[in-house]
Amino acid sequence: MLSEIALYGAIETGLIYGLVAFGIYISFRVLDFPDLTVDGSFPLGAAVAAMLIINGWNPWLATGAAVLAGMAAGAVTALLNVKLKILNLLASILTMIALYSINLRIMGRPNVALLSEETVLTPWYDLDLAFHQVPVLLFIIVVMICLVLMWRFMKSETGLAMRATGANARMARAQGIATGAMIVLGIAISNGLVGLAGALFAQSQGAADVTMGVGVIIIGLASLIGGEAVITPSSVLRALFACVIGAIVYRLAIAFALNADVLGLQAQDLNLITAILVTLAIVLPGVRSSVASKFTRNKA
Amino acid sequence: MISASDLRLTFGKGTPLENPALRGMSLTVNQGEFVTVIGSNGAGKSTFLNALSGEVMVDSGEIIVDNVDVTRLPTHKRAGMVARVFQDPLAGTCEALSIEENLSLAIKRGQRRGLTAAVKKQYMEQFRDSLSSLKLGLESRLGDKMGLLSGGQRQAVSLLMASLTPSSILLLDEHTAALDPKTAAFVLELTTKIIDEQKLTALMVTHSMKQALEVGTRTVMLHQGQVVFDIQGKEREGLEVKDLLGLFEKQRGLEVDDDSLLLG
Repeated sequence: MLSEIALYGAIETGLIYGLVAFGIYISFRVLDFPDLTVDGSFPLGAAVAAMLIINGWNPWLATGAAVLAGMAAGAVTALLNVKLKILNLLASILTMIALYSINLRIMGRPNVALLSEETVLTPWYDLDLAFHQVPVLLFIIVVMICLVLMWRFMKSETGLAMRATGANARMARAQGIATGAMIVLGIAISNGLVGLAGALFAQSQGAADVTMGVGVIIIGLASLIGGEAVITPSSVLRALFACVIGAIVYRLAIAFALNADVLGLQAQDLNLITAILVTLAIVLPGVRSSVASKFTRNKA
Repeated sequence: MISASDLRLTFGKGTPLENPALRGMSLTVNQGEFVTVIGSNGAGKSTFLNALSGEVMVDSGEIIVDNVDVTRLPTHKRAGMVARVFQDPLAGTCEALSIEENLSLAIKRGQRRGLTAAVKKQYMEQFRDSLSSLKLGLESRLGDKMGLLSGGQRQAVSLLMASLTPSSILLLDEHTAALDPKTAAFVLELTTKIIDEQKLTALMVTHSMKQALEVGTRTVMLHQGQVVFDIQGKEREGLEVKDLLGLFEKQRGLEVDDDSLLLG
């Protein structure tokens, strides 16, 4: 069975990936823009925050800088697509590859430890809480703030214009919406959230590593799709809750799978399991409906 | 007033598929006119409308809307002046958004969009009033997703959206062509009603000569990217489809062989 520490650990990581899922919700769902930049902007956020923290910055300011760095990375991807007409998927891969070099440059080495540094979590350890409960509490607060801000934004005039851009660009233009600007803004916000996730992850894990972004896109997608299976995303608010719930459920599922000795799974199997889970999540609804339709056809 | 002069546009220039869509098209539409535009397939009707709305950029020529040169402006910067209803009933609205969200998008057409809530309480009365004029019962379904509506209902809402805020010209691109005859008649009737009531300046492309003569105040026929004739007032009254065909053949010395023009 899962220990209490492992349980809280899974929820903590799940909350961080909930932020990633918010970002992927904007790119994949709102703008219909398959953006892989996140594999680069996640470690970018971590690298920026880690370097600023070891250079004596206030950890919240460092985290803010990580958000801005993520937004800049997203804006580059969007501009490659909007201005230079590079296919969106390819544009994001280009930025992701470039970010690998940039992240190494920022850190000057493949990883930076934060073990004895003051992080956003440090003051919270003074509370009367168990060690492993502190990050969960702080991250719930951060995720809820982001959720409310995202929800308000998506309901605003600009947010509605962004949703229209992804759903029907021709109609959006005819309504006077600068669709290119909406894509740049949306992908920037998306990667800003992922940069925030990277910065928090580095601070809770005690290190930033250049390889920590590998597969973030797939984990984010797994959270998004899994969440949508649990909570039907019939409104923006439900879709946002689905992101968080999906991310936590995903991390818990992984934690259980790795803890169940009978399955014989080990940590290195994580990416394989994720890929299989995402494939199943994408394919299963289709299989279910085709089986259902066969069934009804036979009856008729 | 909207004035297009000597518009030229060739698709696929320098390729084997080179296709001159507009070859010196000129047309001036005055305030309050309702112009119907006809022409066979490939005459340049849709390209002309796309050029006016900014969806395509002309190679040369000039488009002036209310004394503003909009020739090089992208679609979204013209949207405040140019309202549009598409042929495809699914194109003019967002099915993923609710009826009230679609209308709230349209009420800000061509204006700055900020961070205040998009769907505002003060819009609701206007939305309900205009929706109830459609007599489709949509006024009680403001929160429903657009995707739940039929093609005809969506086209009616598109029309409403195009007329929620003032524009210099309303472009209608065969907006009844994809509907069944009964719904098409309903949408057309609604169109003339809205244009009359709000005294809109409009340009309606149609595939049907009969429709072109029945509605509007002026009829323009396009052929090979140019205006071949332009009739209004007394000259247009009492004109029938066969007269129109005669005019066309006289003008061009051509036989009309596009059955859809005759049968539509």
